[in-house]
Amino acid sequence: MVSDAASSSTPTHQDLQSVAIRFCGDSGDGMQFAGTEFTNTSVMFGNEVVTFPDYPAEIRAPLGTTYGVSGFQIQFSSSEIYTPGDNVQVLIAMNPAGLKVNIEDVEPGGIVIVNKDAFTPGNVKKAGYTDNPLKDGSLAHYHVCKVPVTRLTKESLVDSGMGGKAIGQAKNMFMLGLVYWLYDRSLEQTIRALTEFFGEKKKKPRVAEMNVAALKAGYFFGETAELFPVRYRVSRAKQEPGTYRKIAGNQATALGLITAAQLAKKPLFYGSYPITPASDILHALSTYKHFGVKTVQLEDEIAAMCSLIGASFAGDIAVTATSGPGMALKTEAIGLGVIMELPMVIVNVQRAGPSTGLPTKTEQSDLLQAVHGRNAETPLIVLAARGPGDCFTTAIESVRLALKYMTPVVMLTDGYIANGAGPWRIPDPADLLPIEVAHPTERNHEIDGKPVYAPYLRDEHLARPWALPGTPGLEHRIGGLEKMDVSGDVSYDAENHQHMVDARAAKIAKAADDFPPIELNGRDTGDVLLVGWGGTFGAIYTAAQRLVDEGHRVTSIHLRHLNPLPNGLGDILRGFKKVVVPELNRGQLRMLLRAEYLVDAIGINKVQGRPFLVSELVDRVKEILSED
Amino acid sequence: MSSISLPTYKPADFASGQDVRWCPGCGDYAILAAVKKVLASRDVPKEKYVFVSGIGCSSRFPYYLDTYGIHGIHGRAPAIATGVRCANPDLEVWVITGDGDGLSIGGNHMMHAIRRNMDMKILLFNNRIYGLTKGQYSPTSEQHKKTKSTPMGSIDTPIQPTGFVLGCGATFVARATDVNRGGVNVLPEVLLAAADHRGTAFVEIYQDCNVFNHRAFFYATEKETAKETTVHVKHGKPYIFGNNNDKAIAINRCGAIEVVNVRDVSPDELLVHDEADRCRAFMLTQMRYPEYPEPMGVIYRESQPTYHDLLWAQINEAKEEHGEGTLEDLFSEGSTWVVE
Repeated sequence: MVSDAASSSTPTHQDLQSVAIRFCGDSGDGMQFAGTEFTNTSVMFGNEVVTFPDYPAEIRAPLGTTYGVSGFQIQFSSSEIYTPGDNVQVLIAMNPAGLKVNIEDVEPGGIVIVNKDAFTPGNVKKAGYTDNPLKDGSLAHYHVCKVPVTRLTKESLVDSGMGGKAIGQAKNMFMLGLVYWLYDRSLEQTIRALTEFFGEKKKKPRVAEMNVAALKAGYFFGETAELFPVRYRVSRAKQEPGTYRKIAGNQATALGLITAAQLAKKPLFYGSYPITPASDILHALSTYKHFGVKTVQLEDEIAAMCSLIGASFAGDIAVTATSGPGMALKTEAIGLGVIMELPMVIVNVQRAGPSTGLPTKTEQSDLLQAVHGRNAETPLIVLAARGPGDCFTTAIESVRLALKYMTPVVMLTDGYIANGAGPWRIPDPADLLPIEVAHPTERNHEIDGKPVYAPYLRDEHLARPWALPGTPGLEHRIGGLEKMDVSGDVSYDAENHQHMVDARAAKIAKAADDFPPIELNGRDTGDVLLVGWGGTFGAIYTAAQRLVDEGHRVTSIHLRHLNPLPNGLGDILRGFKKVVVPELNRGQLRMLLRAEYLVDAIGINKVQGRPFLVSELVDRVKEILSED
Repeated sequence: MSSISLPTYKPADFASGQDVRWCPGCGDYAILAAVKKVLASRDVPKEKYVFVSGIGCSSRFPYYLDTYGIHGIHGRAPAIATGVRCANPDLEVWVITGDGDGLSIGGNHMMHAIRRNMDMKILLFNNRIYGLTKGQYSPTSEQHKKTKSTPMGSIDTPIQPTGFVLGCGATFVARATDVNRGGVNVLPEVLLAAADHRGTAFVEIYQDCNVFNHRAFFYATEKETAKETTVHVKHGKPYIFGNNNDKAIAINRCGAIEVVNVRDVSPDELLVHDEADRCRAFMLTQMRYPEYPEPMGVIYRESQPTYHDLLWAQINEAKEEHGEGTLEDLFSEGSTWVVE
């Protein structure tokens, strides 16, 4: 079913519950911008939205090649959704390479809108096609709309007075306008964004006008060209009342950290070194200096981590963010944080590895590194966020636990939730619990009848006091050498070392008492328990729902706390015939669960730099259900 | 804090009470004593001091001072101190490091702390050897040095600490020796000048490791030679040195520096020390015994804004522009919508 822009019939409206669209093209084609704008418009409209931006590591890979393809998938819905969709119903392909890479993920009968002008013999060949796919019948299973986007954009902007190159860069807006028409969306949000970005921020009002003109031209083209027999509507989702905004994971992490510092009434010190996909946290925080946020871009990952030691010792809320390779470099200094028992938060936005790996692709393969990846017995608290908005909550909880237990906390996110975005209900600041911090001002102990400050005299949570430089009488020296219990003096004593190692472990184990009980998505007994953590939450939750709907005895749980593991987990695991652990790694949580609970957990593991599809989880669980 | 309430200290007030565990006869003892004296002489309460170190013999230093202190990890003291400095601008931050800690594993952090003019004193105890790991050559060890790890002699070219830090844009560069049995002991004056400098104050201290590299700097510290091998540099004064104060530095007709006898030239031909002259300072750092006397004292000093001055200025500027941030502002930035 291939239609050219010429047929005629009056489009009618068809209501859909949800739609998944993927925009794709060269990494310079503005697909991330178009996808982001479609997201903004959808969330503002009131849809539930989950996004999956997917782009190459190269800033501008060679034009027209498959490895330079940048994609942005968004599912928008009138009901609750937790994933960007396994397959898409609509593919927007700006060039043959984009089509080639993404066509497999389009549902049969789905809509494929291509920029016909980009399908030159050269581009077709560069994408690895032998024949032009628009002509060889290979797309017969799809509703293909071949739109001469390059030519139409040029024609619509002929009076703009702009050069050919600038006009060429407005194609994405033409295409976006067309998609807006197809889904009956208002242009208002994007016009405002273009005006703000190009007009006000970049001081290029003519570029703004040109892009707005291209956007409108695309929309009107949809209206007049009658490419589609129907237009689609995805109505508003039922959302909890409140004020909403769109938020991406890294942005939510930044907001959570600032919020935590404000709740603790302390300055936020953020020391970091740029690394994909964590740098956006640095970018975001650097714009909040009026909140007293100190962002320092250090010379390397090691220095960044070490700056946290100093900042925390001197009393700031000390935070850094990095990704796997950076985490590896920070390891030694994290150990120093553990033995000095200073509060700090290390965010690891995980990416696919090993080594440099796939810098822009997601993975969950740093869990064991977070829990165990340091020399010696070096326990700390590990949390993981489950989605973009949840990064906010997890960041606050990370800071709260770090301060209460005087320990480094690792907060894991991943490339998928860090770059993905969704609607976020804005909390009322009054509902957020303050974070209590106390700094001693008096000597807290006596040795030989003399009052002294004992930096390692523990409280009921086994946390040590946090006396700040500048406080008279509490001068003390601490560092990486083992310390005598209570006094903090350097000690090589055998029994003392045993005691201190055990005390640090006991302190971290005790933090589990602070965690809320595990929530069960389903019954507390059954055939399969799905156990997930981190950014796979949406896919696992949705798969479990689907399996239950099909009559299977399946429950899912999600672990936010990875070290220590939450209380009661062992009992829950024992309530099921099989425990299945889907992870985007080769079985790291599974290994921890097996070690901790002697449970014969089964893994569903994938390392392709991409999130789980719901269907692959459902299919695999069905197989597991049928195996005995 | 009002000046009336300032305590008056004796050097002993800065002793932490910990047993000092350096080898008997180590040059570090003299440096510790000199630092305590300087701290006691300043109108700064001792709780304001934070001493930060890395790993090595010199890095045990913070344990022996009754101030706040961090004994960090190898080479990272400047980075740790950077965090302290940014967290609290009221503190006085001192970094204690050595030639291995500061210039080998920690060379990168040294460079960047200095180029940022991070307000901290960096005392680099240079003994030209690895002491704590028992005698391997260090980045300042002379070429051909035979050590445990270089039985046929080291083939590395040594780094020149003061020249290196000047290249990094240091705003204060000085040199001293742990002891001086011949000429003037400039360590107290150098430490005091460093303490009063705002910005990174780098002090190289020639230190004798009497176990693994004994006498490495005896040419510069002993009675018989010190006056001939070193020159005490003083702003506005000619570079006079020698056992009879009869030698000086001048620029010859070819534009090169040379050692002259003061009797052979007119006084206005003698080169005069200018602390604010960066090119001159670099020249001084390259003067090595035996061709030239090695400069001791404040080699270079200039006033520049410190990193934390600029950091706080930006915070204040942002607060003036946007007002003090509130959580309501933070949450509701950008486009929002209401669900009834």
